[in-house]
Amino acid sequence: MTMTMAEKILARAAGKKETESGEIVMANIDVAMTHDLTGPLSVESFEKIGTPKVWDPEKIVVIFDHQVPADSIDAANNHLIMREFVKNQNINNFYDVNEGVCHQILPEKGHIVPGELVVGTDSHTCTHGALGAFSTGIGSTDMAMVFSTGQLWFKVPETIRFKIEGSLRPHVYAKDVVLDIIGKVGADGATYKACEFAGETVTNMSVSDRMVMCNMAIEMGGKTGLVEPDQKTLQYVQNHSSKSYEIMKTDLDAPSLENMYIDVDELEPQIACPHNVDNVKGVSEVQGIEIDQVFLGSCTNGRISDLRDAAKILKGKKVNSGVRMLVIPASRDIYRKALDEGLMNIFVDSGALVCNPCCGPCLGGHIGLLGPGEVSLSTSNRNFKGRQGSADAEVYLSSAAVAAASAITGKITDPR
Amino acid sequence: MKGKVWKFGDDIDTDIIIPGRYLVMRDPKELAEHVMEGLDPEFNKKVKEGDVILGGRNFGCGSSREHAPLALIGAGISAVIAESFARIFYRNSINVGLPLLEAPGISQHLENGDEVEIDMKKGVIRKINSKEEYPFQKLPEFMIEILEKGGLIPYVKEKMD
Repeated sequence: MTMTMAEKILARAAGKKETESGEIVMANIDVAMTHDLTGPLSVESFEKIGTPKVWDPEKIVVIFDHQVPADSIDAANNHLIMREFVKNQNINNFYDVNEGVCHQILPEKGHIVPGELVVGTDSHTCTHGALGAFSTGIGSTDMAMVFSTGQLWFKVPETIRFKIEGSLRPHVYAKDVVLDIIGKVGADGATYKACEFAGETVTNMSVSDRMVMCNMAIEMGGKTGLVEPDQKTLQYVQNHSSKSYEIMKTDLDAPSLENMYIDVDELEPQIACPHNVDNVKGVSEVQGIEIDQVFLGSCTNGRISDLRDAAKILKGKKVNSGVRMLVIPASRDIYRKALDEGLMNIFVDSGALVCNPCCGPCLGGHIGLLGPGEVSLSTSNRNFKGRQGSADAEVYLSSAAVAAASAITGKITDPR
Repeated sequence: MKGKVWKFGDDIDTDIIIPGRYLVMRDPKELAEHVMEGLDPEFNKKVKEGDVILGGRNFGCGSSREHAPLALIGAGISAVIAESFARIFYRNSINVGLPLLEAPGISQHLENGDEVEIDMKKGVIRKINSKEEYPFQKLPEFMIEILEKGGLIPYVKEKMD
């Protein structure tokens, strides 16, 4: 029987030879991640179930990233709940306030390898399909069940395989490709489906770029993003992890596979306009819109390549006097690299504000919130009404290059 | 279940249901003070115990925060009816005991303020003043049982005892 990558991974995790889309399987979890914001509810539910010990402390990863360092007594209390849980349950894979964003830390610290089944109490857990894992977001009650039993039921999804062909023009990036796709299929166009990204453009992308693609799969309703592992994947995994892995690839004649063809040769930088991620326009249509804040960071575009792209544009230039620019590296390692490469000097000299690795304004719960009537240009993944603060603020989403070019002019600007 | 309909549009995301800055809370009543406030700051004051939310397509898209269905429960919402639901929100809602009813085409038939009655066993939404009935996709027996017990955890605990 021919199967998709998603079906093969779920079959393996469920201890079955084969499975097909629509089937409901009970599967063993390889990695279960929770963070400081959704973790306390998971722990509360776990305690309600009453199992004294988690099923396997080595498979649980706890990362503080949403409100770090604590910005309120409530946040500090949440951290205390999680630190106590980690201690009582002997969880060694714990990253406190000083490490960075969960979807960067998980792969960077070697927790993700191809073929695994990964769950996290964060919708952007779909990011890790970039390394060929089946990785999806779940809620706190489901996580409590995983903590107790190590298992969860899944409906095996169908797969949409986006076959992306063509060469990206200068200053056009993975973010532009995925925004273009979301604009085409819509915010619910891939609901319950695995979104596999393939084709020559994806083959040519770095692992970081593939993470950008998979990170945004949820913005079209996808259950996971996926990229077939190749030499680049294995190189990344070798550099970061000592875990064993299994490579699964999609059979192109799998019955549940649907293909969608995307040509990116002519693609210009893309912008998601308020207040939906599928409200996507070319930069030429929206350039000139005045902005109050630029946010460079997040689990979508806070990686070293994004900081390099932005620094190249900002070098020797100043952030516009009417604009606040926040630069938030996605992890301590990225922060360190940016220091070593002199990127932080460029940001600081330009007048940008460099913050500690964290989710930042993306979730509108920590630093850099927007006031009524303000406009933000953000490299993150969501522009919902009220997402970054006031419900009367507006958020546009773009690549790091558009963000940097726009910070200089104070208006949405084409970096080319 | 019986209550007044509060009608919303397509793509109602979890940031609208409960904004990120309130996720430090866990108590449904506390969360309810801010439910849907981005669209209507007075919503929590207007809504009555038993009322029903009517959404369009893709209701509950966005974050995996279970605070979203908890906030709706805290506000007294007895069910959400929509054309379609986002995946994680769907699972979370059933898990915490909030009934979600998928009824394609329903937005054409119900308006803000309509009084409705929901028959879970029969799988129909009844408009009280007109006696008209609209079907929704009936939930499987075990899901109705999870909802009746108040969520997955009480359901599982009872099975284990």
